[in-house]
Amino acid sequence: MADSAVPLLTRLHAHEMAAALRRGDFTAGELLDAHLALASRQDERLGAWLFLDGERARAKAREADERLARARTTGPDALAALPALLGIPVALKDLVLTRGQTATAGSRILEGFVSPYDAHIAERLEEAGAVVPGKTNMDEFAMGSSTEHSAWGPTSNPWDLDRVPGGSSGGSAAAVAAYHVPVSIGTDTGGSIRQPAALCGIVGMKPTYGRVSRYGIVAFASSLDQIGPFGRDVRDAALLLQAVAGRDDRDATSAPVPVPDYAAALPASDDEAAASLRGARLGLPRQYFVTGMEPGVEARVRAAVRALESAGAQIVDVDLPHTDYGLATYYIIAPAEASANLARYDGIRYGYSSRAGNVLENYLATRGSGFGAEVKRRIMLGTYALSAGYYDAYYLKAQKVRTLIKKDFDEAFAKVDALVAPTSPTVAFPFAARLTDPVAMYLSDACTLPVNMAGLPGVSIPCGLSEGLPVGLQFIGRAWDESRLFQLARAYEAITADADWRRLEPADLTALDDAEARTPAERLATARA
Amino acid sequence: MEHVAYLARLGLSEEELTRLEGQLNHILDQYRVLAELDTERIPPTAQTIELENILREDVPMPSLPSDEVLSNAPERAGDVFVVPAIIGGAGE
Repeated sequence: MADSAVPLLTRLHAHEMAAALRRGDFTAGELLDAHLALASRQDERLGAWLFLDGERARAKAREADERLARARTTGPDALAALPALLGIPVALKDLVLTRGQTATAGSRILEGFVSPYDAHIAERLEEAGAVVPGKTNMDEFAMGSSTEHSAWGPTSNPWDLDRVPGGSSGGSAAAVAAYHVPVSIGTDTGGSIRQPAALCGIVGMKPTYGRVSRYGIVAFASSLDQIGPFGRDVRDAALLLQAVAGRDDRDATSAPVPVPDYAAALPASDDEAAASLRGARLGLPRQYFVTGMEPGVEARVRAAVRALESAGAQIVDVDLPHTDYGLATYYIIAPAEASANLARYDGIRYGYSSRAGNVLENYLATRGSGFGAEVKRRIMLGTYALSAGYYDAYYLKAQKVRTLIKKDFDEAFAKVDALVAPTSPTVAFPFAARLTDPVAMYLSDACTLPVNMAGLPGVSIPCGLSEGLPVGLQFIGRAWDESRLFQLARAYEAITADADWRRLEPADLTALDDAEARTPAERLATARA
Repeated sequence: MEHVAYLARLGLSEEELTRLEGQLNHILDQYRVLAELDTERIPPTAQTIELENILREDVPMPSLPSDEVLSNAPERAGDVFVVPAIIGGAGE
């Protein structure tokens, strides 16, 4: 049950923290200190953070407290007008550039790189008064589904420290699940927000392609990458997306589409939220119950679908016939784009450089030793798929199949408002279980990557446990329809508010406070042996 | 394999090349399923949102100061990046 190792302050949701800050129950400084104390005490055993910058965060917290104090003397209207995330700790995945701080994207090739400018979302969070305690671990260049491909060592799953948190945004997900922050930022190219959200038992949304500007984000696959929020409830995820969404001239792919007020569209009461399900038409794509799906996961997801139906939603079986081609299509398109994007790491302008011989020898040595195994694998795949004589057979073919995958979704959305599906075919897997078989690792994203290929929004929310580990339920929506996904996810929260599993905490929170317990790197090494 | 590694400007050891060859062949096997689909008349999708020709006003904008841009350079000489020799032999 509830473990006293986690201070009360850090157990609150971000929207509860915001209300408490306005009431003056505690200060932004106290709120930050509670989170920093927990993170610095436990992170040796969790491995969620690549760095904590307490000094910079404390300066931001002081500014937030000053803004709060000024508003309090001005009156209730001034307090109400403050940004929702003022004084709230927000963790960033280590591929978000923040001026004057490092950003490695989990790679040795960016070791020591200090960002000369802020990412768009960093500017937006700064304006909102959010407090960034540090940056989180990730698979190198966001390539992976377990965070084991980080050059800086793995991250543990707070539910079982011998298991992965998912990936690539594993550090951001684990930090939220372990109460080190209430919310965090991740990126999702094939499932890298939704899959770790599912495996860590939290909420994670990948918005529509183009919803959030990627200016200042280290690129992986540019036609697929999208930024999104993690939170411990739907409202918190909605508040964080709100703070970063919208058009930015510096990212031509960020769309001039109005951003609705996501949180305002969420019903305040559970009853109202549950009632919103009446008449909702939800498609159940039969192809998403894939081969290799664990029976426990399928059972939880089907039970969730029945609960939605009992609450008044109309469940319609839909076909997405090209789903089975998603994995192959994705693993051509994403590596091809990555091989082009990662050409910039030349050992000349920034980042690691071997300083070996002439320029060509320097490229070969810098890139050969600066990139990790998975990144090299994908660069090789992508280069091959784009090379003369293979382009039509691989890359062009994949782009055509991508059209078919997108058309499947278009046809489904002519019949239903949203789709409901599993997020990941399995619960969190043990360290090293999939490291030697890249294809097995890639299968983790079978239910999430078609959504990226169609550019659609998707959200994962917890729907119970299988073998003591969290299972994620995914809602997939029409382009720009994040608001409906938040409402559906909120409705599911409401109808399961009394479920026993909702009161369970990550099982290994206590072990995080055991100074004798092993580090994630030691656990991975043992599992590998 | 060596040719692809060269195209990608990746210096790989013999051992890496051997290991990658096996793994890449396994992954390429997975791609075979795509051949089942007739895509003769299907147009390719490169991106999913209907945005075209996003242009900004052609006006000068401030850039980062060169000192900041160069601050991450592995090697610099005053206001320029030091690039290893492009033509000719192996450095020293």
